[in-house]
Amino acid sequence: MSVLFIAVPAALAFAASAVCAFLWASRSGQLDDLDTPPLRMLQDDGALRPAAPKTKRR
Amino acid sequence: MHTELVAPHPRSRPSAPPPTPATATACAHCGQPVPSELLDPVDGLQFCCSGCRIVCNMLRQHALDGYYAQRDLEPGQTAPALVTGRDYAEFDDPRFLALYARSNGDERTLELLLEGVHCAACVWLVEKLPELVPGVTQCRLDYARRTAVVSYRTATPTGVDTRARPEATTRASAIARTLDRLGYPPHPHRDGERAALARREERDLLTRLGVAGASAGNSMLFALALYSGGFADMDAGHMRYFRLLSALTALPAVTWSALVFYRGALGAVRARRPHMDLPLSLGIVLGALWGAFNLLRGAGEVYFDSLSTLVFVLLAARFVQVRQQSRAELAAGRARALTPHDARQLNESGAVEVVPAESVPQGAHVEVLAGDTFPVDGRVIEGASQADTSWLTGESVPRRVATGTHVFAGTTNLMSRVVVYAEQSGAETRAARLWQEVQRAATRRAPIATLAEHASAYFLVGVLVLACLGFLAWLPSGAGAAIEVAVALLVVTCPCGLALATPLTVSAALGQAARAGLLIKGGEFLEELSKPALIVFDKTGTLTEGRLSLLRWLGDESLGPAIKALEQTSSHPIARALVATLADVDAAVATAIEHRLGVGVSGVIDGRRVSVGAPASVSGPLPEWADAALSQLGAEGSSAVLVSVDGEVRAVLGLGDPIRKEAAGVLAALRQRGHRLALLSGDREAVVQHVAAELESASGLLELFETARGELGPEAKLAFVEAERERGQRVFMVGDGVNDAAALAAASVGIAVHGGAEASLQAADVFATRPGVQPILELCHGARRALGVIRLNLAVSLVYNLVAACLCLAGAITPLWAAVIMPLSSLSVVMHSYRRRMFGADQ
Repeated sequence: MSVLFIAVPAALAFAASAVCAFLWASRSGQLDDLDTPPLRMLQDDGALRPAAPKTKRR
Repeated sequence: MHTELVAPHPRSRPSAPPPTPATATACAHCGQPVPSELLDPVDGLQFCCSGCRIVCNMLRQHALDGYYAQRDLEPGQTAPALVTGRDYAEFDDPRFLALYARSNGDERTLELLLEGVHCAACVWLVEKLPELVPGVTQCRLDYARRTAVVSYRTATPTGVDTRARPEATTRASAIARTLDRLGYPPHPHRDGERAALARREERDLLTRLGVAGASAGNSMLFALALYSGGFADMDAGHMRYFRLLSALTALPAVTWSALVFYRGALGAVRARRPHMDLPLSLGIVLGALWGAFNLLRGAGEVYFDSLSTLVFVLLAARFVQVRQQSRAELAAGRARALTPHDARQLNESGAVEVVPAESVPQGAHVEVLAGDTFPVDGRVIEGASQADTSWLTGESVPRRVATGTHVFAGTTNLMSRVVVYAEQSGAETRAARLWQEVQRAATRRAPIATLAEHASAYFLVGVLVLACLGFLAWLPSGAGAAIEVAVALLVVTCPCGLALATPLTVSAALGQAARAGLLIKGGEFLEELSKPALIVFDKTGTLTEGRLSLLRWLGDESLGPAIKALEQTSSHPIARALVATLADVDAAVATAIEHRLGVGVSGVIDGRRVSVGAPASVSGPLPEWADAALSQLGAEGSSAVLVSVDGEVRAVLGLGDPIRKEAAGVLAALRQRGHRLALLSGDREAVVQHVAAELESASGLLELFETARGELGPEAKLAFVEAERERGQRVFMVGDGVNDAAALAAASVGIAVHGGAEASLQAADVFATRPGVQPILELCHGARRALGVIRLNLAVSLVYNLVAACLCLAGAITPLWAAVIMPLSSLSVVMHSYRRRMFGADQ
């Protein structure tokens, strides 16, 4: 069980780096807009076939 | 200082297409019915307005038809496209750019507030701007704020060989024009100080929340190990190790994240006002200190997992609450009509220079075209016209302006071009100063003591008393055990459920209200709305429809075509009202049309001279029936329009602001709930009394209004509201114009209604996005329900706390119990708050 004395601090260090990443993301304003990203997620680039209004070729 | 006060921009509001029969063709862009006169049999696609046509062509031109597919993913309301067709030349002015754009070498970043954004497809389209305008490097739309941040190149970077790699550049006006032609008229935007501060606070709160979450999660893991060790034996070394780890991982939550609560508690102590943060902070601090002490001496319990989870859950509730509030403020601000930010200044040679409105110096000559808003305060020096001052003064009939007349920034020039000698601009205009008064009134207002604050006061006292009792009761067993019991009590009864009860219910209620079109800016207003009060109504736009409409037609009814033929050549509000009423009548052919300013229109139709105008337009005596009609209309306060053919009066039309159909019923219902009603208006006394009398008879109640007064300026309305509040009366003010804004800020709860000027939207505590008085009734009803839910939540949490307290006093509490009880109480409160319907369809 003495492996715990190594394993736990290692896991905590990993968790701490995740928290640092979160702090960086939050401080640089990436998490300010929580409303638009959900909308952007549903958008396809180019894959969408246009449901354009029926046009008469002039 | 950039004035934030604005007037309803005439071009910002798309006029609804006139009503058409049900079998009409649908617009290819927005799906609204196409009016018969715009049907083009040649073209394959039909559009309801030129705006829609322009946008659709833009989309097809750039192969962006995907927009329609995107939009159809999300069924919702569509509206005709807003296209103003302006050239936005003032966006290139260096003064403008200095105010609104940020430079970064060759690149510039511009923030623009967009109208017409209403769905995810709009986000998709706007962010495609780099494809539409060469030179734009990036465009991101913040959906909640409706703000687009556009980065573009203004000059080719030096050292780049332009022949090998041509880098396009563009200008701000080109970007603005493109956005406008896509249906999103842009306006310059800079975060007001308040908005920027709110954004920073939200960001700070989110950061602390995230850290608290990480902290709580990890601390719970180690606590789990300790619980397991409680059932099966764990050796002392591991026990100490895990206790230390649970303390260390809980540290960020308990120190940094919890600062939010500690600051709140200190503020409450300094202001001598009770607040739930006080017992909360006490519990966390004492619990943490005692836990640290127990950790060091190696005996006794540690509650770090419960403490850090407590911090996390409560911060989450607070974050939800803060976001709710800022959303409501944003939505209210967004619905505003936006500034006439440019002015047409005439220089010495008489040429027109378009400049920012705030920069017009005193003494400059400013040209104001028909249909534009006056950009400055001043006097007319050339031309004569009529001005629509309804949102500033509440008058429903336009006011004549001629040489020497004073005009005010924000009012609309209706008839013809005038030149104004500028006297005040920017922050010095009457409207801006009124706005400053509004802001001062808002800061002077005392904060409302809420139910939650009262509850927290009693709670704190109760818990401290119990803790002392527990301490004393257990003292005979030893100091250590006694302190253990007291601290455990403080930690476990730490008002998790109690502190959640109000914010969560408030958030849920505000969210439901927002979906029902009622934007409430804070929970304290919800409480006030649930209690009986004196409700003060504005007349124009609130109890009445707010626009001139045909109320009565006496005499010859066949004159419709003739009237339409003459009136469709005028842009006077009376003319527009008549044309709108006669929408499905075909106009006759008129020749020799003559306009007489302020009097009327006349022309020749079928060989007869027809004249439509004010009573002054008819010379000579009137037939008796016409005379009687005129005096009746005068008594009602309506405007009379006489139609005469070859000098003989054939019809008398009465125009006025019609009372909303549902108003009487709603007012009666409000009276029945125990509210008192008052009517204050800036309009003429005769009109106000007539409206009051009509509502009274329609509602079937005697003395419907306690007070009904007309011809009141904004200062008088403010004085009335303040006087009532001095007497201790709770006042709800309902209004929409700038002449209501100061009173809205001074009332206990200010309610701004749909279509209101920006000043009242900012000054108000509630914004009703639907027109009419029905929303007021829904507000009061929903608020009462919400208060009921809050009280039930408080009762339920108290029960949990009592159970926990009993366990503590009996000495039976362990961290495991605490870890179970706290989530349970929180969960019950959360479920109850979010599942109860407070505002919404089933009222």
